[in-house]
Amino acid sequence: MPLELEIPSDVGCIEAVVAQVLRACEAAAFSGNHLAFHIPVALTEALSNAILRGNREDRGKSVRVRVVVDAHLLVVEVEDDGLGFDLDACTLDPTTADNLDREDGRGLFLMRRLMDRVEQFRARGNVVRLTLRRRSSDGRAA
Amino acid sequence: MSFTVKKANDVTIFEVEGTLIVGNRQELKQKVLEELETGARKVLVDFEKTTYIDSSGLGVLVSLAKKIRESGGDLRLANLNDDLQTLFELTKLDTLFQISESRDRALESF
Repeated sequence: MPLELEIPSDVGCIEAVVAQVLRACEAAAFSGNHLAFHIPVALTEALSNAILRGNREDRGKSVRVRVVVDAHLLVVEVEDDGLGFDLDACTLDPTTADNLDREDGRGLFLMRRLMDRVEQFRARGNVVRLTLRRRSSDGRAA
Repeated sequence: MSFTVKKANDVTIFEVEGTLIVGNRQELKQKVLEELETGARKVLVDFEKTTYIDSSGLGVLVSLAKKIRESGGDLRLANLNDDLQTLFELTKLDTLFQISESRDRALESF
């Protein structure tokens, strides 16, 4: 059964969603590194993008989260009410000399580095889908 | 997130407990700027009790480093766990900040 959540466009709601997804991933035996770093950071980025950029913090709009997790895979879809964006065009390389001291522009880059796959498409609203393969303790895909 | 402010000689230390993310980054920024207003110039952020940092948290650190540098001061970091160290390396922010493995080392470096 997928986990389905809906939150208002309030960045204060992000941590509770992340905690709930982490509990599901912990139960599916995802690695400590995934639980402590990859999942919380990438999911926080997806949720904050949806709230700040997609819904522009309009409290009348919500963010829907759909999570499927099993022994092999985590798939999270984050849907906002925005018009969507071009994932490739919007992903900056924050490590270049020109971008290194920018205060913004690292969110999509981190999502794509920390997840195995990041996709963006239109459904009822704009959807970002994050996919992460569970790895065994020796680092191989489970 | 909660944070504690401590002083060690002329260094102002901010201990960040929990997350430093989009929902709470402004609290840290405001407190550091208040300390800057009252004369703090050597600022150390200690991440020993920090769980994770997102891009907004990184952005606040970059912003604060600029403001402190413009005021003639310096912002340094200490006690990054392996995941936080990886985060700084992925974003190459380890080249922008002076990062020490312990608070004592950081204090000695000022």
